[in-house]
Amino acid sequence: MELSNRKEGSTFVVSVKGRMDAVTAPEFEKAMETLMGEGETAFVVDMAELDYISSAGLRSILALAKKLKTDGGSLHLAALQDSVKEVFDISGFSSIIPVFDSVEAACNA
Amino acid sequence: MAFVTDCAEGRGFRPRRIQEVQLAVEEALVNIFNYAYPENRDGEVRILCEPGDQDRLVVEFRDKGIPYTFEDLGDADVSSPVAEREIGGLGVFLIRKMVDDVRFRRDGDENILTFILEPRDQDAETVTPPPA
Repeated sequence: MELSNRKEGSTFVVSVKGRMDAVTAPEFEKAMETLMGEGETAFVVDMAELDYISSAGLRSILALAKKLKTDGGSLHLAALQDSVKEVFDISGFSSIIPVFDSVEAACNA
Repeated sequence: MAFVTDCAEGRGFRPRRIQEVQLAVEEALVNIFNYAYPENRDGEVRILCEPGDQDRLVVEFRDKGIPYTFEDLGDADVSSPVAEREIGGLGVFLIRKMVDDVRFRRDGDENILTFILEPRDQDAETVTPPPA
């Protein structure tokens, strides 16, 4: 899994590439927590290049969403591939975490 | 994981379905590690992969850890709001969605978890979309 960041106005866009599984999900969570510790509160996760997600990845995203909600921040997901979208849909996560077709739409929401 | 992927490819499973198989296998291994070998206890899990009836794929997990019952792990509540959602059970829920038949038995000192997977949607994905 590779992560890269950029700032779009007041939103922090984190791009995730590869696989978010039991091994890599904790790395993602830690990287996000570091950014949150630096005071960032509005996040968009660009998943265009994320090929795979398992329950470990869903758990990390849920934990981060809860933490951000408590702190008055936001976590939006963008550009999910079909196979990743399927996991979000069947787990019910797409109804509890905002999902957008594009990074632009996620930033403007 | 690559071993199971090769096995599914050998059965003619499509890439999308192979990802579902990978997901089910990861969730199974994580659960076995947690329940059969808690607190970083050493142990091994053997994975067997073999052709099933028709086009099915059979994946079997064998471990000699603490006895567990797959059925007891339970399904996650996937309808509750984010703030109330409990962590856990989600892996089992995903396995039930991806695997067509899940069987579990205890044989001597072994836990044996068996997945029977249909190829699913093979025809749907081979349909060529009409020209625009």
